[in-house]
Amino acid sequence: MEKGKIKELLRILEENSRLEPQVLSEMLDLPLDEVKFTVEKLEQSGIILKYSSIINWDKVEENDHITAMIDVKVTPKREVGFDDIARRIYRFPEVKSVYLMSGAYDLSVVIEGVTMKEVAQFVSEKLSTLDSVISTTTHFILKKYKHDGVIFDDREDDKRMVVTP
Amino acid sequence: MNKIDTFILNPRLSKTIQSIPPSGIRRFFDLASSMAGVISLGVGEPDFVTPWKMREASISALERGYTTYTANSGLPELKKEISKYLQREFRLDYNPEKEIVVTVGASEAIDIALRAILDPGDEVIVVEPSYVSYAPVVSLAGGIPVTVATDKTSSFKLTPEAFEEKISRRTKAVIFCYPNNPTGAIMTGKELERVAEIVVKHDLLVISDEIYAELTYDRKHDSFAAIKGMFDRTILISGFSKAFAMTGWRIGFAAGPPDVIQAMIKIHQYTILCAPIMGQMAAIEALKNGMREKDEMVNSYRQRRNYMVKALREIGLSTHEPEGAFYMFPSIESTGLTSEEFAEGLIMKEKVAVVPGNVFGQGGEGHIRCSYATSMEQLQEAVKRIKRYLDSL
Ligand SMILES: Cc1ncc(COP(=O)(O)O)c(C=O)c1O
Repeated sequence: MEKGKIKELLRILEENSRLEPQVLSEMLDLPLDEVKFTVEKLEQSGIILKYSSIINWDKVEENDHITAMIDVKVTPKREVGFDDIARRIYRFPEVKSVYLMSGAYDLSVVIEGVTMKEVAQFVSEKLSTLDSVISTTTHFILKKYKHDGVIFDDREDDKRMVVTP
Repeated sequence: MNKIDTFILNPRLSKTIQSIPPSGIRRFFDLASSMAGVISLGVGEPDFVTPWKMREASISALERGYTTYTANSGLPELKKEISKYLQREFRLDYNPEKEIVVTVGASEAIDIALRAILDPGDEVIVVEPSYVSYAPVVSLAGGIPVTVATDKTSSFKLTPEAFEEKISRRTKAVIFCYPNNPTGAIMTGKELERVAEIVVKHDLLVISDEIYAELTYDRKHDSFAAIKGMFDRTILISGFSKAFAMTGWRIGFAAGPPDVIQAMIKIHQYTILCAPIMGQMAAIEALKNGMREKDEMVNSYRQRRNYMVKALREIGLSTHEPEGAFYMFPSIESTGLTSEEFAEGLIMKEKVAVVPGNVFGQGGEGHIRCSYATSMEQLQEAVKRIKRYLDSL
């Protein structure tokens, strides 16, 4: 499949990963087999990493899901720099994402726990005890307004009249 | 005055207004909007909210106190941007001071164009199926609409033969719209040239409604004014509603020869004064910085069009491929129903709103208009329901 079409396919899937290959092939005006093959290729090559949903946990009853963003300062190691410590951190299952940052601290670690206690335990027992970690600053997310391009607090419904010119 | 018994007229109201039938869309709108859970393929407007850039430009203008009238013909900066845009996209050179007027939607531009050129009894050829307003607005301007039908045999394009047949000594102008509402048809430069020959031969003016010019999927739009010999005969109508998802802002424009535009400005000045300033500020932003957002929306319409054409054909509705706008016009003749019966049954049984083709005039019967300016989820569900409806017939 040509590059432009691949990008278009990825954009469609990023927006809505539930569309079936048949529908994708119609939207893109390409043969079904080509679409299936390309999607498989994209999965295998790690371009499509995962199909996930964006959940607004605040709307789920009895939800006590919390997200924390932790600024981590570390001493980089000879040869491996920050990669080594980043790897150590991202393997913990409670860690959602890890970014190397420029500026006041080195790594930004996002973790999700079911309870505040779990997050606290993770930071105090697992993260800060790592050898190269110099300091951590934990911020809790109080409310999500927008996440991954999706606006959480005002899902706009269709305000159009049912029939118009 | 046609086909109306003066005996039953209400003496308080003008004969003209009483001779105009109520909009065919109206009835369906009332029916559909009284039901819950309707999937609507009946909407003639983008499902996108105006991109934030334009909203922000307008909010910022309000904060800075831009709350006044503007020059009658529009903000000079907006007219300059429109002129640059027409030059860039269609190689048309309009002088922003004398040859462009900013209006309250393309709707007002159509109205004042007709009023500027018509004397009572002048005929205007209306190419149908067409946008529902043309014929009534011709009547309101004192003219007589003469319709010429297009159909699927010519892919809903205007053929010179059919066109010329309708021309009489009283014909003053022709009005058409490509890319077309409701059929999605477009006409190529070559095809427009053949129409242009007839226009010259009979010394006509052309009102070319190009509000869907940006929404083409397979090739770039050819503007009628750019056809040889047509620049001085064409009143180009366009606006921001469709391409930039700005229906609520009510900003449109007309570009054309200075005598006609100046006459239009005279009417505009005495009736409307000027288009709203907040909308004009947003329109400037749209032309300056909104093209990428527009392209993204067009791309999304293209994907949905591709899906819908195949899906409708698969369930047995023969559909001419729409090349522009966001409508398709499948034939429902195989069901043996009239377009009204079909649309009414579909909404009652399956809660899918479409517009019966007959409301768009001659050539529209036997078809329904489906707009694909709605989400893929809704389109997929609509196709499922239409299939169920077809199977039940
Ligand atoms: C062909 C055509 N012209 C003009 C208009 C009206 O546009 P505006 O919102 O700019 O008045 C429409 C709206 O549906 C249309 O389909």
